[in-house]
Amino acid sequence: MAEEPIIYCKNVHKWYDDFHALRGIDMDVFLGEVIVIFGPSGSGKSTFIRTINRLEEHQEGQIVVDGIELSHDVRNIEQIRTETGMVFQQFNLFPHLSVLQNITLAPIWVRKWPKDKAETVAMELLELVGIPEQALKFPGNLSGGQQQRVAIARALAMQPKIMLFDEPTSALDPEMIKEVLDTMTDLAESGMTMIVVTHEMGFARAVADRLYFFDEGLIVESGTPEEIYSNPQEERTKLFLSQIIQH
Amino acid sequence: MVNIAIEQDHIRPPQPPGLIKWIKENLFSSIFNTVLTILLIPLISYLLFAVFRWVFFAAEWRAVTQFPLLYAVGQYPRDQIWRVGIILSGLFLFLGISWGRWGGLLKSISFTAGLIMLVTSLLPVQHPALDLNMRLYLGSNLLTILVGYLLGSKTAIKNTHIFIGWLLVPVCGIVLLAGFEASELIPDVSTTLWGGLLVTILLAAGGILLSFPLGIALAFGRRSSLPVVSAFSTVFIETIRGVPLVTILFMFSIILALFLPVESRIDRLVRALMAVTVFSAAYSAENIRGGLQAVPLGQIEAAKALGMGNFKTTIFIVLPQALRAVLPAIVGQFISLFKDTTLVVIIGINDFLGIGRSIINSDPEFVQMRTEVYIFMAVVYWIFSYLMSLASRRMEAAMGTSNNM
Repeated sequence: MAEEPIIYCKNVHKWYDDFHALRGIDMDVFLGEVIVIFGPSGSGKSTFIRTINRLEEHQEGQIVVDGIELSHDVRNIEQIRTETGMVFQQFNLFPHLSVLQNITLAPIWVRKWPKDKAETVAMELLELVGIPEQALKFPGNLSGGQQQRVAIARALAMQPKIMLFDEPTSALDPEMIKEVLDTMTDLAESGMTMIVVTHEMGFARAVADRLYFFDEGLIVESGTPEEIYSNPQEERTKLFLSQIIQH
Repeated sequence: MVNIAIEQDHIRPPQPPGLIKWIKENLFSSIFNTVLTILLIPLISYLLFAVFRWVFFAAEWRAVTQFPLLYAVGQYPRDQIWRVGIILSGLFLFLGISWGRWGGLLKSISFTAGLIMLVTSLLPVQHPALDLNMRLYLGSNLLTILVGYLLGSKTAIKNTHIFIGWLLVPVCGIVLLAGFEASELIPDVSTTLWGGLLVTILLAAGGILLSFPLGIALAFGRRSSLPVVSAFSTVFIETIRGVPLVTILFMFSIILALFLPVESRIDRLVRALMAVTVFSAAYSAENIRGGLQAVPLGQIEAAKALGMGNFKTTIFIVLPQALRAVLPAIVGQFISLFKDTTLVVIIGINDFLGIGRSIINSDPEFVQMRTEVYIFMAVVYWIFSYLMSLASRRMEAAMGTSNNM
């Protein structure tokens, strides 16, 4: 393909002391693609997504995001982080700031936007995720689903080129999962480049361009949703899919 | 999209009114409580009566009432006492402004201060310290508070300017109190003459204001990944915490003076302030460090993921949450600092307690009145400590209602 990938990972290795968490991951992501990563717990999927904005450091291999190689250079790291939004399993909203302040903090202090502009953008984003009326509340007063939608708005406020989702619905009560997935679907349809770690296979089937199955720090199998669901090649993929789809 | 939040109007059942109901529920709810109430009512009445009789008839308050200025400012020259008045008015102005802007506890403090001024200025007694000028000055402070209130509520003074004012008044105040050698208008007044409540408040407020940032710095220092910084902070904190305040006071007042050449000698009061600050900073540091550890890692990751560097993450995310978690502990520590300042008497500084003791010792007649003097001083210390504790509770409540952490 002539086009350059926006995320380029080559032979990424990561150790926690003696534990070999990532054992050579290769992945290219192109602009506008939606990638879903799934796999059993401890398979390295969260670790991998966190190496992309260097919340985790990789020890070997190469990661290039939007033309910038991740290295020890702090300025590179901070620049990549402004270009990649991240949504966490536990939301991680700032409890001492209002919803609006949560969203405007980084645009004002990192992007150096004037307050008015940051607030206008924040309100537009809250409109987008469907909860503009909650702007002045504090995160502690929102439901889990609302908190996660605020977290998505907060990440989008930096106008990132890439969005990383680390199990965004795993900590939610069942009745709130849909509202978050709906928001993510809207986002995917708007053309955002996304990497999503999730076990929501319905979402993956509907939205993902490619699926990656991780196990024991390796990519076991990858392909389009169609390929993975109807015709998995590897035994481990079959087994895992049968386990999570049973219910 | 599913909207889970269901608006509910909770209608509170009407509260049963009345004193009788309260008495019934709290004093006579069981046989045991009834017996207790019947036994305690005469006992408490008797105690109250005894206290009342002692305060108003038996006690001899002369050792207190005769020297109001001594208790307030020590030996500060009486012809220069207007400088203290100016500072006090400055503080009242900003108290009024803050009341106008934020209300709440500041309103209660303004009212209390105003009431004390008014009553004192109208006291129907002959007292050399309470001449017409003093009465007029005290009365004028009512006006100052009121002007402040109007400024705070009706004009658009920026909040930051109010904070700057709060810092500027004490700083300018200290310069004004010290004066200049060459100046005719405000000749210098040696700190050996400063004393009383003035010195107590100066040491406590100075110690609190200076030890707080120093404590934050030490707390971060101890957690630093740089071994030199971390080792220095740890040794500093553990040394200071392992030594009584008295020792630190002696160290600063005597040993420091021995090492420095005579002409560069630091003022005695400043040395005491340094000792108090260092002592309090070491304790604050450990409190704050506890708060820093309580901030979840996810908060820091979220800030970093938004492109915020270490400094911004610390200022906007970590520190506010850490300080809020340890606010009660910090205020508790400031209250003990306020009371610990009484120890400066051993290095020859006449703080509030020191003045009281020297008054008692100045006259055999006053020795008989030492109970009254100590009770008076205890009440004054209690008022200040209680105000701090009240302020801390209000701050906690304000933070608590704004969100649930």
